[in-house]
Amino acid sequence: MSRKVRIAQLSCGPEYSGVQKEIYDAAEAVGAEVFFPDIALADVERAVDKFGLDVRSADLKLMIARGMALVDGKVDADGVFIGTCFRCAEAAIVRNELRRYIPEHSRLPVVSYSFTERTTAGTLLTRMEALTTIARRRALLAREEQTGITMGVDSGSSTTKAVVMKDNKIVGTGWHPTTEVIASAESAVVDALDMAGLTRDDIQAIGTTGYGRFLIGKHFGADLIQEELTVNSKGAVYLAGHQRGPSTVIDIGGMDNKAISVIDGIPGTFTMGGICAGASGRFLEMTAKRLGVDITELGPLAMKGMGKNVSMNSYCIVFGTQSLVNALAAGSSREDVAAAACHSVAEQVFEQQLQEIDIKEPVIMVGGTSLIEGLVYAMGQLLQTEIVVPPYSQYIGAVGSALLSSGFIQGE
Amino acid sequence: MAKVFIYPATSLILSDLVARFGHKPLGAALGIRERIQTAGIDSPPLQITPEEPKRGLKYAAVEVPSGVRGRMAIYGPLIEEAEAAVIVTDADLAFGCMGCARTDELILFSLRQSGIPILELKYPTNEDEGVQFVAAIKTFLASLPKEGEA
Repeated sequence: MSRKVRIAQLSCGPEYSGVQKEIYDAAEAVGAEVFFPDIALADVERAVDKFGLDVRSADLKLMIARGMALVDGKVDADGVFIGTCFRCAEAAIVRNELRRYIPEHSRLPVVSYSFTERTTAGTLLTRMEALTTIARRRALLAREEQTGITMGVDSGSSTTKAVVMKDNKIVGTGWHPTTEVIASAESAVVDALDMAGLTRDDIQAIGTTGYGRFLIGKHFGADLIQEELTVNSKGAVYLAGHQRGPSTVIDIGGMDNKAISVIDGIPGTFTMGGICAGASGRFLEMTAKRLGVDITELGPLAMKGMGKNVSMNSYCIVFGTQSLVNALAAGSSREDVAAAACHSVAEQVFEQQLQEIDIKEPVIMVGGTSLIEGLVYAMGQLLQTEIVVPPYSQYIGAVGSALLSSGFIQGE
Repeated sequence: MAKVFIYPATSLILSDLVARFGHKPLGAALGIRERIQTAGIDSPPLQITPEEPKRGLKYAAVEVPSGVRGRMAIYGPLIEEAEAAVIVTDADLAFGCMGCARTDELILFSLRQSGIPILELKYPTNEDEGVQFVAAIKTFLASLPKEGEA
C-alpha cells in the first residue's frame, strides 16, 4: 500500500466546533493523514512578526507560525488544509492570506474551508481527495495527450455525461439528465459509443468523476475514479489548448461551483462553494422555467437584455426568483430578467469564490452553464477579461477523465 | 472556599495560586476534564462534539462563529458558577493561552457583567512587578470567604 499523504492542518476552532473528527475522517477516506505541524513556542511571535499580520487570537498566530514553518521547510508535508470558523472575520483574513502565501512560496497544494458545527466529512471529501491527488498523482496529472481508446463518464448532480476518445480526439459524446445514477450513466455511455461506432470491448480504460463517481466507477470497473476538481482542470486546459502556464478554471455547476487556479494543468489553489443555490446553475434552470424557455435559450435571451434594469434584492434562490417574478409583474422584459439572473449568479461566484483565488488569464469557463452565453458575458464583464469557452466544455469532466485514464492503458 | 474563575483559563500558575490560597480554581482543566471523564462514544481529544456549539447558543447568538460557541459551552457554565475571578491581561503565551480573541472578549464581558468580585491585573514584565502581581492576587484571594464563611 502506498504511503499515506500527509496533510498539514492549519486551523482555528475545529476542535471547539466539534468537527475535528470530520476532518480526520475525510482525510482517512482518501488515504491521507492530517497532522498539526510542531513548532516551538518561541517561534510563534517571531513568525507572526515576520509574516506581518498582527492578529489577536493566539490560535491564528499559531496558524501563521505553522504556515511559515511549512514554507521554510522546517516541517514536511504533502499538502495543506486551512480551516477556520465560518463568520469569523479575523480568521478569514488569516485564512486568505495563508492560502495566498503558501503556494506563492512553496509547491504545496492548499485547500481551505470555513466550517460550522454542521460540517461533515462528506462535505470535505472532494476537497481532501483533490488535495491528495495533486500530492500523489503529479505524474498522472502531467499527462497532456490522450492515447488509445478511452472513455470518461461524469455523473453530475444535474446531468450525466460520457465521452469516448480515440488517439487524442473526441469521437463520441452522450448526455442525459441524472435521474437514476447508474441508469443515466448507462444511457450516456450507450449514446457515446453509438456515436463513436465502437463497443464497450473496444474501450481500453475508463475514468469516472462527479458526485456519482464511486457508484458508476464500480459499475463500469473504472481504472480511474477521480473527483471533479482535478479532472475538470485537466479537461479545461486540454480543450482550451493551454496546458502550459497559468490559467483559471471556473465551473458553475448544478449543485456547487468550482474556481481553480491552475498551473501547467495542475490545480494550485481552488475553492468549491455550495452554500447558496442562488449562485448555482440550478437558479438559472429555475429562471428559464419561470420565463417559459428551455435552459439552452436562456443565454441568447440574456444577451438581448440589460440586467441593470431589474433590481435583484437577494442572492437566495427563493427570494432571488421572487425578485425576478416581481420584475416581470412590474413590466420588465424577459430579456432583462434573463440578463439579471445571469449577472446575479456571476456576481455571487465573483464575490464569494473568485476573491479566494488568484485570477490568472486565460479564464476558462466549463460545465453545462458555460453554454449559457449570458452568464459567460456577465462573468467576463465582472472580471474585465474575455472568457474562453472551449469546445465540448459541457463534457469537461468526462473529457478530463478520458484523458487521464489513458495513463492506465500501459499501467502508468 | 470560593469558586474563582481564572483568566487565562489555561494558566496552571493561576490555577495553582488559587488552590494554594484555599479556593477552587475554575478554568480550562476543569471544563475539559468533565468532557473527558463523562462517558461518551468519542475519546479524547475528540471529546467535544457538534453538540457543544449548540449548547453555546445559551451564551452567544447563532451568527457567532461555531468555535466561539463551542468554547463558551465550556467556559459559560464555569462563569455562571464562579463567585470571584482573577483576570490577567496581556499575558505571555507561556503563562496561559486562550486561542480565540472573540471568545476572550465575551468571557471577560460576561465576568464583568456577573457582579462577582474581580481582580484585574496586567501581566508583569519584570521581577518587581512580578512580586506585586503575586501579592495582589494573594490579598484578593485572602479577602474572599473561606470554607464555612460563605
